[in-house]
Amino acid sequence: MRTLMLSTALAATLLCATALTPALTAANAAEIKNGGAMVVTYKDDIATLDPAIGYDWQNWSIIKSLFDGLMDYEPGTTNLRPNLAESYQMSPDGLTYTFKLRPGVKFHNGRVLTADDIKYSIERAVNPATQSPGAGFFGSIKGFEEAAAANGALSGINVVDPQTVKIELSRPDATFLHVMAINFSFAVPKEEVEKAGADFGKKPVGTGAFKMSEWTLGQRLVLERNPDFHEKGLPHLDQITFEIGQEPTVALLRLERGEVDVLGDPIPPARFLEVKNNPANKDLIAVGTQLHTGYVTLNVTMKPFDDVKVRQAVNMAINKDRIVRIINNRAVPATQPLPPSMPGYAPDYKGYAFDQAKAKALLAEAGFPNGFDTEILANNTDPNPRIVQAIQQDLAAVGIRAAVKTLAQANVIAAGGEKEGAAMIWSGGMAWIADFPDPSNFYGPILGCAGAVPGGWNWSWYCNKDLDAKAAEADAMVDPASKEAREAAWRDIYLKVMEDAPWAPVFNEQRFTMHSARMGGPDAIFVDPVHIPVNYEHVYATDVQ
Amino acid sequence: MAAYLARRIVQAVLILLGVTFVTFVLLYLLPADPARQIAGRSATAATVQSIRQQLGLDLPLWQQYLRYLGNLVQGDMGRSYIQRTGVAPLVWSRLPATLLLMAGAIVCELVIGLGAGILAAVRRGKPADTTVMVASFLGVSAPQFVVGILLLYVFAVRLQWFPIGGYGTFAHLVLPALTLGILGGGWYSRMTRSSMVDVLRQDYIRTARAKGAGERRVVYIHALRNAVLPLIAMIGLDIGIFMSGAVVVESVFGWPGIGQLTWQAIQQVDIPVIMGVTLTAAVFIVLGNLLADLIAPLADPRIKLR
Repeated sequence: MRTLMLSTALAATLLCATALTPALTAANAAEIKNGGAMVVTYKDDIATLDPAIGYDWQNWSIIKSLFDGLMDYEPGTTNLRPNLAESYQMSPDGLTYTFKLRPGVKFHNGRVLTADDIKYSIERAVNPATQSPGAGFFGSIKGFEEAAAANGALSGINVVDPQTVKIELSRPDATFLHVMAINFSFAVPKEEVEKAGADFGKKPVGTGAFKMSEWTLGQRLVLERNPDFHEKGLPHLDQITFEIGQEPTVALLRLERGEVDVLGDPIPPARFLEVKNNPANKDLIAVGTQLHTGYVTLNVTMKPFDDVKVRQAVNMAINKDRIVRIINNRAVPATQPLPPSMPGYAPDYKGYAFDQAKAKALLAEAGFPNGFDTEILANNTDPNPRIVQAIQQDLAAVGIRAAVKTLAQANVIAAGGEKEGAAMIWSGGMAWIADFPDPSNFYGPILGCAGAVPGGWNWSWYCNKDLDAKAAEADAMVDPASKEAREAAWRDIYLKVMEDAPWAPVFNEQRFTMHSARMGGPDAIFVDPVHIPVNYEHVYATDVQ
Repeated sequence: MAAYLARRIVQAVLILLGVTFVTFVLLYLLPADPARQIAGRSATAATVQSIRQQLGLDLPLWQQYLRYLGNLVQGDMGRSYIQRTGVAPLVWSRLPATLLLMAGAIVCELVIGLGAGILAAVRRGKPADTTVMVASFLGVSAPQFVVGILLLYVFAVRLQWFPIGGYGTFAHLVLPALTLGILGGGWYSRMTRSSMVDVLRQDYIRTARAKGAGERRVVYIHALRNAVLPLIAMIGLDIGIFMSGAVVVESVFGWPGIGQLTWQAIQQVDIPVIMGVTLTAAVFIVLGNLLADLIAPLADPRIKLR
């Protein structure tokens, strides 16, 4: 029987051969001297550090520093590699994955990680009592439905021996390895979870590069180096202090004075151009793409957006370049649902060009020569009200009179999940960054039929059974050799979506992270596409070099 | 006295009960589903339903409310939907910073307000009076974030006398307390002035002067003690206001008080936390008022608590 196998060594060889990978080879890393400390600021609280639960901007990357999963990504890239797993094998039908654990990995409490911990951790995330927002990611594991309805025990996860875990799937799933790299799958020690009870998220114990040393709620979180970390030579820093409740404006002043090393939040809009254009900051601002698309959903079940011509007209009416300028060029205009750095993106597809005359003509064809009245909802945090006002003006120019309603995030989400709850929604500020770098991630819940249900996230209520079938086919292409064919399949799906135009994609965000001169590392580390916002393990201090 | 106190306490409990009821109903009416928020994008309907059940959100409003009250009596304010931790520890963790800022702000208000108000009253109609009144008008009208950022820029960024925001040492407290003090001081100085002007016209002040008391004695002993009454009531109110959080000032200076927590909770529609901070603020407002009423007789023996 042929088995597909990928080991750490093989992955490393592949990595060196890839031109896209930033210069962070083993040789390079060895020259970096370890030590030093870093101060990172955030405006909002770090909610919880429980990997099964944490799902926001502040805690996403901190959890990655405290915990590990079977898989991870090469730093600064979207390339998968084994992490807690030393190697893995996939059966030819793609239904069984066997992971061999890296020997001698220890939790922060000193206990050695075993295959039981992997089983326990994933089952814990699926268990409804945990209330994990990530439970649904494990849907392809055998026995998921029963587990999600009862106590999380998954018949598909079997411990072969302390170093080996076998996971059986109910359907081939090309995204499965990404799921094994997502925070919700990270290994937690059962004894510590039971000891801390519901407060495990405040007393995290993992296998990660850092361990928690102090947490003063609402003020400060301190991580310190895990001396037993399984990756030799990492992390580079001895200590990271996260200071919470810091307005970006004030945090920037403190960074300029040398009290802060990394702005966890974006550079404040009011000072963005000044800071970015200052030649002294040339090496201190890292620019990266984000796996993000900002779009307007057009509710296909509501008149007049049930007419594809009207939806195409909206696509043509929005002046994306102007909107990008409004946010100081912190984004690039979008042509399609997928962002440019996502596999499957169609670089040659130009989308709907800005053309008011054509938009008006399409509206007239659809029976609205004088336009119509409608409503657009948006999140009420800056810059979303400004963006949605620009969209409103653009729509007015072709005759679509859209009343703007800006609401708290939760209220927008609630309205979108009702069938006739919202004609149009601007998606910005709704935290829609890809969970993992795979093209399927922009389909299922937000464009597929599964999401077009009450309480779902498919706010355009677009449901195309053909595309759903094509999506399922694409996700069944699990053989690494068919990677390109799979990406092509996904590319076609999104181009079909664009023909039906349930969305008007507006822009893809770019990320600008500012750090002090004390902090070193390739730019890709400071705008890591997966370890969002910063890959803390790979940052080093220049003052100890 | 004891009867008075008992009656006030019963009143306070009723007021707080009213606050919980109104807040609870208002938050219940919000068009946001906490279960969905917790469950996330990838959740199945069954998961959402299970979470709704665990949180008791599927119960009728009155049952949910009774459950909340039942837990509250036992000191349990519920768990944050977002932070997944008890509301009580969250509020508790913010109390020291809030109390400190409150104390600092009230001291600044009193120093600025009393000083300026007495000066204006004694020099009524003279340039000093006009200057104080114009300045207090500015203080009352200036938005907190303008004064805060101005102070921050001048004294922390330019002169570097104080740290740029944060919490921990006395130096961290000065600017935020001063910002609140300048604003509150504006009110206090106007109040002090009018109260003092009023008192200085009274017969007993003339008597005091007639018997040969020095101007200092007249102003600070005879007049001030009587003029200070309305201020005590105001401090009582201020305690309540500051305890519900100086949202803007806390944001500008990165001060980890209740205001920050409130603001975050509102933005995230974290209902248990909003309930918790509202209730905490209500408790302090009620206590502040009660305190002011209890202190009043000490300043003015003519006042009897009945």
